[in-house]
Amino acid sequence: MTAGMPFYVSPEQLMKDRADFARKGIARGRAVLVLAYDQGIAFVAENPSRALHKISEIYDRIAFAAVGKYNEFENLRVAGVRYADLRGYSYDRSDVTARGLANAYAQTLGSVFTQESKPYEVEIVVAEVGRAAPEDQIYRLTYDGSVADEHGFVAMGGGAEQIEAGLKERWQSGMSLGAVLALAVSLLAKDPAGGEDRVLGAAQLEVAVLDRNRHRRLFRRIPGPLLERLLSADDPMQAVPDEDATPEEIPGEAPSDE
Amino acid sequence: MTRIEEGGRLPTAYLTAGSASFAEFVGRHAPELLPGRRVLPAGVLDAPHGTTIVSVVAEGGVVMAGDRRATMGNLIANRDMDKVFATDEFSLVGIAGTAGLAIELVRLFQVELEHYEKIEGVLMSLEGKANRLATMIRGNLGMAMQGLAVVPMFSGFDTDTGAGRIFSYDVTGGCYEEHHHHCVGSGSLFARGSLKKTYTEGMDLNAAVAVAVEALYDAADDDSATGGPDIGRRIWPTVGIVDAEGARFVPDDEVAVVVEGIIAHRRGNPGGAR
Repeated sequence: MTAGMPFYVSPEQLMKDRADFARKGIARGRAVLVLAYDQGIAFVAENPSRALHKISEIYDRIAFAAVGKYNEFENLRVAGVRYADLRGYSYDRSDVTARGLANAYAQTLGSVFTQESKPYEVEIVVAEVGRAAPEDQIYRLTYDGSVADEHGFVAMGGGAEQIEAGLKERWQSGMSLGAVLALAVSLLAKDPAGGEDRVLGAAQLEVAVLDRNRHRRLFRRIPGPLLERLLSADDPMQAVPDEDATPEEIPGEAPSDE
Repeated sequence: MTRIEEGGRLPTAYLTAGSASFAEFVGRHAPELLPGRRVLPAGVLDAPHGTTIVSVVAEGGVVMAGDRRATMGNLIANRDMDKVFATDEFSLVGIAGTAGLAIELVRLFQVELEHYEKIEGVLMSLEGKANRLATMIRGNLGMAMQGLAVVPMFSGFDTDTGAGRIFSYDVTGGCYEEHHHHCVGSGSLFARGSLKKTYTEGMDLNAAVAVAVEALYDAADDDSATGGPDIGRRIWPTVGIVDAEGARFVPDDEVAVVVEGIIAHRRGNPGGAR
């Protein structure tokens, strides 16, 4: 045990240390991309686990994506589902909005950042798909509670800056699902050190969409076989088939979200 | 109401590890929102009651149908109430008893199933769903003692066995699996009598829809609280189906064809003798 008073640390230094700490934790993980396409919003994560999700459903039109420490963003995800379900139950389903949830997350992350012994090492996106593309909303929240209202795309996690640069160059509004998925996978596969591109198959990816053409609960995971078809260069499939047509068209695919 | 202010941080209860049950979360965090937690004035309340629900197991699925009437004493409180609800992708609930409470209970049950699915990432098993509903009815026992009973029926598609199954309940929350068919509500005795004669094991979904609607017709024939087909207003029974493709409702114009067939068959043959 050392005796005496702790050294004086200026608030600026304290905040900077905390921010550096959180940023380091976040940059260690694999990236997650959120991209708008003509019929909705797509989420693409490099995640070999089928059980520990980085992308999840929050409510009818709202989804959640995160990078960083799993137990911390899982905690936030569960809180978001509770927030949304309680709000929808006591008011109405239409009263649950991504804006409200993003606000609550921002306040939570902000007060944890300044008040608790360590900040959350997470970065999250809360996205809400609108009835038409101009109404889509994508909010990016960082470890200190800052919120950014993003348009079109977001990249978070390891190598996010390079991926974002690639998105700026190649993403356009009105792309099909097949095109944005191919773009996302090609950017994820780039080696940040400048080496050869990796090969990312469906087994290493977690992909989901908020599809504005679905009914009520718009979130849908894209399972492996369907993802392979959407990504394959010589397959004309550019969009998710109708729910009803799914079981016959894709062998081994359940009609549910899971 | 909910204890989150616009712009405020998420309350600690939201961030605390807990179960995947929405009802348990609400019970801890905002118990006044749960139907069973309310204190009622003494005496018996007069409130609208929903009446007859029937459910029939078919090959590869199950059908649930309900009449549209709610009564309050001798009055018709509502003539186009829906009493059959899809509670998630593979299940239906039909309600008889105090309509206001029953609908609240169904809403809570729907959120409960969706909440579990989102938190856990998998659908609850069919037995799990049936037991969750039993727990909710048990919570309502106090109100049932004051005349505000809710008696639901739960039908769903068991994705493990590929078959439709029916669960019935009593006011104390007892949950019983039924075979072939089951009916609840004031007209249930007549509906059951009808189904005994019309049901055959392994019938297809269309045939099951026809016998379920006919059972409601027979219930309405002898029970004043059960609404018969209202041809003038074109109000038909609510008919839900669950099979491997999920839960859905039969569109009104298809139900109308079934009902009109039954009416034609009963003309000059009121008991429907075959």
